[in-house]
Amino acid sequence: MSTLTLGKALNTGLRKAMEDDPKVVLMGEDIGKLGGVFRITDGLQKDFGEARVVDTPLAEAGIVGTAVGLAMRGYKPVVEIQFDGFVFPAYNQIVTQVAKIHARSRGKLPMPITIRIPFGGGIGAVEHHSESPEAYFAHTTGLKVVAVSNPADAYWMLQQAIAHPDPVVFFEPKRRYWDKAEVDLDAAPPPLFSSRVVRAGDDVTLLAYGPMVKTALQAAEAAEAEGRSLEVVDLRTLSPLDLAPVEESVRRTGRCVVVHEAQTTLGLGAEIAARVSESCFHSLEAPVLRVGGYDVTYPPSKLEEEYLPDLDRVLEAVDRSMGF
Amino acid sequence: MTAVREMVDPVPGAAAPHLPAQPDLVQLLTPEGERVEHPEYSLDVTDEELRSLYRDLALVRRWDVEATALQRQGELGIWASLQGQEAAQIGAGRALGEADMAFPTYREHGVAWTRGVDPLDVISLFRGNDLGGWDPVATRFNLYTVVIGAQCLHATGYAMGIQRDTADAAAIAFLGDGATSQGEVNEAFIWAATFDAPVVFFCQNNQYAISVPIERQSKVPLFQRAAGFGFPGVRVDGNDVLAVLAVTRAALARAREGSGPTFIEAFTYRMGAHTTSDDPTRYRLADELEEWKLRDPIARLKAHLSRSGKADAEFFAGVDAEGDELAARIRKGTLEMPDPAGTEMFDHVYAEQTEEIAAQRAAFLAYQEGFEK
Ligand SMILES: Cc1ncc(C[n+]2csc(CCOP(=O)(O)OP(=O)(O)O)c2C)c(N)n1
Ligand SMILES: [Mg+2]
Repeated sequence: MSTLTLGKALNTGLRKAMEDDPKVVLMGEDIGKLGGVFRITDGLQKDFGEARVVDTPLAEAGIVGTAVGLAMRGYKPVVEIQFDGFVFPAYNQIVTQVAKIHARSRGKLPMPITIRIPFGGGIGAVEHHSESPEAYFAHTTGLKVVAVSNPADAYWMLQQAIAHPDPVVFFEPKRRYWDKAEVDLDAAPPPLFSSRVVRAGDDVTLLAYGPMVKTALQAAEAAEAEGRSLEVVDLRTLSPLDLAPVEESVRRTGRCVVVHEAQTTLGLGAEIAARVSESCFHSLEAPVLRVGGYDVTYPPSKLEEEYLPDLDRVLEAVDRSMGF
Repeated sequence: MTAVREMVDPVPGAAAPHLPAQPDLVQLLTPEGERVEHPEYSLDVTDEELRSLYRDLALVRRWDVEATALQRQGELGIWASLQGQEAAQIGAGRALGEADMAFPTYREHGVAWTRGVDPLDVISLFRGNDLGGWDPVATRFNLYTVVIGAQCLHATGYAMGIQRDTADAAAIAFLGDGATSQGEVNEAFIWAATFDAPVVFFCQNNQYAISVPIERQSKVPLFQRAAGFGFPGVRVDGNDVLAVLAVTRAALARAREGSGPTFIEAFTYRMGAHTTSDDPTRYRLADELEEWKLRDPIARLKAHLSRSGKADAEFFAGVDAEGDELAARIRKGTLEMPDPAGTEMFDHVYAEQTEEIAAQRAAFLAYQEGFEK
């Protein structure tokens, strides 16, 4: 057991992946000497050299486009996008190339690329540094998408994503980088594309991923004080979705609330609500409710507390669900 | 990797006499403050103008220092310092005509100053109160663009508009050395060249893109790239406000008369951290900074002004006092800046408000009021 911050767990996971497989190559802006703006790659260039930890020119299309070529040559590129808002110059490469090459080559050209993206708000940043673009990627056939919420998952899921033969967009909750937890570096991890119940309860099922898992757990804690028992599921995988644990839970509770930071309209919550409504229709006591960001341009940081779903907004949705 | 290091251009200036001179570097004022001539770029400036250039340089630095202090004290979320780049920005900004339109990055506080933007309207962005407080139409100073390079295409498109209007104006895009690697920036060069757009690309090569040195972005001096796109490239001493003014004026005149774009590489140095979130000790040596301190853009003009008798101690004391007043105004204005109303975020998403957002705004208000009760 080691006590690690989420950021350090990612760093440790990257180091392990590089030790395990010499084909793993890291690329990104400022990831070498600086160790990344969040220090996730700290010390790796020193230990693995400049050929395996590459400070790239300032060009995201270049980072992902060359990762495609490296993958074709048998490498396993792990690229860092500095902030969520800066993935879009690479969006063309991700959507038209990374996502399609396996299908187009009928499997002759697998794309074992990991695209790490620190995402979400709550750090008081200027614009383009607080976005939650996961739905764009989850909507894209050919990509797999995961979001981690805690140090143990960060450590294990990153290694699993890197080892995985398909491209994985790997979302890291930047405001939780400094959160600490015990990580068992030897325990066998659950499968990468699986959801997990992280708190048991009977009254309402709360679904969250990434930074919102902590918020959901806090809400469950607060609800308990009021005599309400919330079950919290950490989705972990956004594409493919693993809804079996969710459905099992909703069949017991009859109520479901999905929480994410991303804008509510056409977010992951919409898909999940549709599926849970279909599969659990006869068990539902209330419609599946969504708590998300407003459908507005991400606001300046003085307003982000009001924009981001918080404990109160989650509990308010729980109240509404219970009120049906 | 040593081979890459060797192609780095030597830095100009007296502190590095061991380094060969840069024949391509346009300079009108040496680091010692000596006025020199250049065969292509001459500049007629009155003593009055020289003093007002000094005043601009000194005041934007004072603003910058105050903003950095405010950030350290928790009053700003972040600050991107322009220290070391004052001459590049004031020189370029002062070259602009009223009808010209500027497209800044996030560091062009000096250019903002020359466009009459209130420092507090820039501060409000870094404080997290808004996404840029000034009016980009009235000031002809676009909002800051954080996404690297995107503004180069906007400037080019704006210039294409100027062309269609047959207006006597030009656009100027500011960009960093790192930005030159972006695909969009290279697309802007191609568009500007093929359409002879009246646009100037003003690149401040401050030697770094956060931690990444210029050699990682380019194998050739940046100004030489322009030739491949089919327009002139000029390297100017970015710490020499007079040379920057002359070169930028010439490029803007060329653009306005229909001769197309120019790429200006202002060779300079970022004296501070990338932003207040950055720790440059992790990636660059203190020696380098010390060398560049000797090429300080403000000290150089001050030396020239005092040695030539164009300004006296009283003048400098006056500018200092004005700087202190400015700093005090910035501090007071920052501390007194009201927080934005939560409803603000719903109000400007579209020109025509949608029912969906209007409903969310109403729900937001009702929700907020629920807490007040
Ligand atoms: C598309 C994009 N990618 C990454 C970033 C993060 N970032 C902000 S500033 C910067 C370096 C910019 O360097 P340069 O163009 O030289 O300008 P400077 O900051 O030195 O003025 C980076 C990588 C960004 N803002 N936009
Ligand atoms: Mg730079």
